[in-house]
Amino acid sequence: MSSLNRKLIQNLAETISKHVKHFNKSEVECLIRLFNGLMGDQTASGRAVHGLDRGKFRNTLHNTFGMTDDMLMDGVFRAFDKDNDSFVSVKEWTEGLSVFLRGTLDEKIKYCFDVYDLNGDGYISREEMFHMLKNSLIRQLTEEDPDEGIKDLVEITVKKMDHDHDGRLSFLDFEKAVKEENLLLEAFGTCLPDAKSILVFEQQAFQDPLEH
Amino acid sequence: MGASWTRAAQWTTAISGSTGNLELTPINESLLKDILRFVEQFGSRHPQVAAHVFEEPLQWTSTLVASDFNTDYDISDADVQSQENDGKGHPLLRLSPPNIAVESFSQLSKLVQLAGDRGLTEVAACLEANRDLVVKILGPSLAKVLEGDADTSALQLLEKLKEEGPEQAQDSEVKVQLFLLLQQLDNQLLSKALTDFSKEVGLSPSAVKNEVELLKGFCSEGNKRVLKSVRYTSDYEFSNGCRSPPWRQVQGEICYLVVEPCDTESLHITCSTAGVFLNQGLKQAAETDNIYTQTSDTYEDLATLLKSRSPHFAANANSQDSTQKVQHVEPVGVEEQGQPQRSCKHQEKNAPKMARRQEHAVNTTSRKKKLEPSLKWKNLGLTSPFDEAEQKKPSKGSGKGKAGETQEKMLRSESKRKANFSLASLPGHQSSQRSKMEELFSESSSESEEDEEQPDRRPKSNMDLPSEYWQIQKLVKYLKRGDQTATVIALCCMMDFNLAQETCQMAIRDVGGLEVLINLLDTEEIRCQIGSLKILRKISQNSQIRRAIADLGGLQTMVKILDSPVVELKALAAETIANVARFRRARRTVRQYGGIKKLVELLDCAPDAATLSEEQEKEVEAARCGALALWSCSKSTRNKEAIRQAGGVPLLARLLKSPHENLLIPVVGTLQECASESSYRVAIHSEGMVKDLVTNLNRDNEELQMHCASAIFKCAEDKQTRDLVRQYQGLKPLVSLLSKADNKQLLAATTGAIWKCSISIENVAKFQEYQTLEILVSLLTDQPEEVLVNVVGALGECAQGAANRGTIRKCGGIQPLVNLLTGTNQALLVNVTRAVGACATEIDTMAIIDKLDGVRLLWSLLKNPGVDVQASAAWAICPCIQNTKYAGEMVRSFVGGMELIVNLLKSTNKEVLASACAAITKIAIDKENLAVITDYGVVPMLANLTNTTDDKLRRHLAEAIAGCCMWVSNIELFGEVRAVAPLVRYLKSQDCAVHRATAEALFQLSKSPNNCITMHESGVVKPLLVMIGSTDDVLQEAAAGCLGNIRRLFLAYDKARYG
Repeated sequence: MSSLNRKLIQNLAETISKHVKHFNKSEVECLIRLFNGLMGDQTASGRAVHGLDRGKFRNTLHNTFGMTDDMLMDGVFRAFDKDNDSFVSVKEWTEGLSVFLRGTLDEKIKYCFDVYDLNGDGYISREEMFHMLKNSLIRQLTEEDPDEGIKDLVEITVKKMDHDHDGRLSFLDFEKAVKEENLLLEAFGTCLPDAKSILVFEQQAFQDPLEH
Repeated sequence: MGASWTRAAQWTTAISGSTGNLELTPINESLLKDILRFVEQFGSRHPQVAAHVFEEPLQWTSTLVASDFNTDYDISDADVQSQENDGKGHPLLRLSPPNIAVESFSQLSKLVQLAGDRGLTEVAACLEANRDLVVKILGPSLAKVLEGDADTSALQLLEKLKEEGPEQAQDSEVKVQLFLLLQQLDNQLLSKALTDFSKEVGLSPSAVKNEVELLKGFCSEGNKRVLKSVRYTSDYEFSNGCRSPPWRQVQGEICYLVVEPCDTESLHITCSTAGVFLNQGLKQAAETDNIYTQTSDTYEDLATLLKSRSPHFAANANSQDSTQKVQHVEPVGVEEQGQPQRSCKHQEKNAPKMARRQEHAVNTTSRKKKLEPSLKWKNLGLTSPFDEAEQKKPSKGSGKGKAGETQEKMLRSESKRKANFSLASLPGHQSSQRSKMEELFSESSSESEEDEEQPDRRPKSNMDLPSEYWQIQKLVKYLKRGDQTATVIALCCMMDFNLAQETCQMAIRDVGGLEVLINLLDTEEIRCQIGSLKILRKISQNSQIRRAIADLGGLQTMVKILDSPVVELKALAAETIANVARFRRARRTVRQYGGIKKLVELLDCAPDAATLSEEQEKEVEAARCGALALWSCSKSTRNKEAIRQAGGVPLLARLLKSPHENLLIPVVGTLQECASESSYRVAIHSEGMVKDLVTNLNRDNEELQMHCASAIFKCAEDKQTRDLVRQYQGLKPLVSLLSKADNKQLLAATTGAIWKCSISIENVAKFQEYQTLEILVSLLTDQPEEVLVNVVGALGECAQGAANRGTIRKCGGIQPLVNLLTGTNQALLVNVTRAVGACATEIDTMAIIDKLDGVRLLWSLLKNPGVDVQASAAWAICPCIQNTKYAGEMVRSFVGGMELIVNLLKSTNKEVLASACAAITKIAIDKENLAVITDYGVVPMLANLTNTTDDKLRRHLAEAIAGCCMWVSNIELFGEVRAVAPLVRYLKSQDCAVHRATAEALFQLSKSPNNCITMHESGVVKPLLVMIGSTDDVLQEAAAGCLGNIRRLFLAYDKARYG
């Protein structure tokens, strides 16, 4: 790695770390390196790209944090990709990871809501819930309507979380429900890493770059 | 048939060893008759099958002789052979008296017909001689199938037959028929035997109890008297109604009775579920070593047995029977304690409708608590008939344990009555008298047994199930079928139900939710674990749920969770354990799976700062939950020890300094629970916890204050602790807590602490300063007994000081104290008598007591069954006699009073004996009364006691002897009943008070020359010479006087001899 490149990364890290709460400068540096590593072949192709595309990002999620649900991974991508340009830039990457790995409850509520708001309209509708929950029950062959259980599950969830009774979850509804019962943070599917994979990831990402 | 025949044969082996005779019981007889009929008709009913030749002949010893047989048989001399043969020329019946061999049913059937009325004997003999009858008839391979499981046997049979191949098909077919016929008979016999059995087995503990009560009614005086007495051999009654020791209960024995009929000697009777019969009784048992051996037939009930043994009873009982019918009725609806408390707990939160439902449930569900002998001991390996040696061991121990048992029973019943009151009895009181066997099941006294026997109430029908039920059922369905996301949603929705409500709790259980919740604990999913525990910790408030959780192995999993790195999870698990471990088995489980150690580890946090970070807060919460769980667990004695061994004491001591009240309550709760163990009491003062306990007394939280006071109550038995409480200024807050008289639990704990603290005189002085006595006296009325016991105890201690006696009198404490003498609570009576006795040492106060007739009340307490009360009352009587002007007259005025005192000398309790001696010393001051007690034989009775080694008793006994010597003829009498020599030995005692009393007694006794000789022979001179040098004037004088008398006798002797 050239010294110029290193200088660049350091400068970038400096600017980014001013905006990111939960990482210090050297950690940001590590994350940028990691980002560059992931970007690696993309830059090689010569096209000017701003960041990780959906596929690469999902690969990372899958390989590093063991996520499997396509819909949720798309949701996570959307939550990271703040400017909606279909690429996760290095800034979005570090900011996203800050919440993803070390976020406070409030930050995580916002993040999860963004993940679950599939169409980005600011509400989680019944249909969205249905989509996200549709594989959450083991179907029984004997059932007449295989979706009945899911529909009912959606209904009781709406009943529990929809405080303003408009038939859908606004951010306020979601926030209130989660504050009441933290377990509801990932109500519609796992979109945050568990403690173990956080530990593994941080160990790998933040180890001294000189060693490698 | 195999089964029932084998059974029939087994009855005899079990009872009479290996002789193999069939016992002649009605059941056996009817079985035999059935078999006989079967065999008789077999030949004509199934001719084809009957012709089948047995695999092996049935052989037995017959009573038949040649002349019994008719022309179908070849008779040569005594031998008989049937003409019918097995096709190979072999006769199917051969008789060479007395042996007979038969090889087919047709022959059997003919034989029993020929035998006529001897048929029954023949069948019996045949069955006795051919235990493996079926094997002989059908051959071993088929018989094996027959013995197998009923369902599969037919199939196996067919397979078996197929294997044998076609050439034997014909034969096999017959065999199968025979087999089926035999099986049919078998079934008939078994079902018949069963009905017979069910008629025979009939006695239950309650039935026996009823009958004994009835019989006791027969023991009246006068000419209507039918029996002299009926009594149990043991006063202790187990909770299942039995009085026999557990290892005999396994045999079905309920209790043992000694019945004295009017016309024969007393009968020792065993009542068992099978009926009643005579046993060896204690006297003979000494020779044969087993008092339980049955020595008579079994009768269906006591009345029948007595009628057969006592003609007088038989003649008279019938006339009484007509008025009082002996009934075997099991009382229905034995009161479940703990129930009322439970329902009111729920009513707080539930809608009135719910309360009604509950009431309804309580009324309708038949909650018949079945009384039957305990089978608990069955697992201890004591029941095997070959384990004679092992059986003897506990039976020997039982004699020793009996006193302890009675004591325990008192304690237990007391703590039961107090149900929820954790301050039950004096600490350290119960531990001493336990036999090793009991230790296996031992628990601390303060635990309430509320949980142990809750009835199981399940909804009877689905008719009136509330809507919650269905909703919960749905959620549980999602829990079962959902992935973690759906599971978490379902769990969160379930939390929204009112989980404190019994309907919801039961609904979760009834739809199988508990299993799922507990399974979730085993997953790796932290969110599912947390959600599940959040529900479990709420519903485990219900005792049935607790039980179910324990049954499903939930405790083991939760103990495992205590190792989790997630603090929140650990806290929740500990909190749930705290709820579940409210019954004994659960507490044991927690210990056995290493939970105590892990819970103690939870206590390891340092929450000294008043404000905490989020992480610290979680740790404090975990410590709180850990302490809660330990609090629950610490109700078992062994867990207390386990907590200590796990290093819990220093951690508790550290947490005790915490500023957080919600953490302090379980910590102090655990400490006060554990303070019943002396190791903890030592630790509490050595770890400097007294200071913190005192500090926490000053916090404004009544629950915390109560536990602190209660811990002090238990610890202040030790002098050092009492002093520390004073040094840390703990007495003042205690006194000020007395003003919170509305909180009775707090009041009981506070007064308890004051009582124990007032054992130290320095503390009494402080209490005086705070004017505690006035407050205590005002608490003598309208308080629950738990409070009264402690208040009176404190007054009794304070009244040891003269100034306080005056105070008690002046603020009107004597009257309520004397009133309390009429109570029934043993602990209270002990304290009241002590307090009254202390007050009576002052002449002015004594006058009041006398006016209130207090002495008579004290005297009547000598008849109290409790030995502690007897002793305490006798002690109290002493100052009363001393300080009453016309004491002699007063004592005489109590009809039978002196006899009562003298009879106390028959007691086996040392304290009672000592107190009785002391009272006798006081009574003997009056010459006239001394004459009376002499008439009651006080001298030989005192002499009987002289061999004691107990210094306290020795002292009072010697004083009593000295006192009784005032009646001159008693001096000689003491010599005659050999009281003198043992007294001389008292001089070797270490106790100066004993020396003094003994020297005085010896001085009095030395007035008789014969006694002088005895004394001299026993070597009295040397020790007395030493005692003349004593600084104690009284001792000096008495010793010198005694020696003087001896010396004078010898001088006189010499003079007479040598002139």
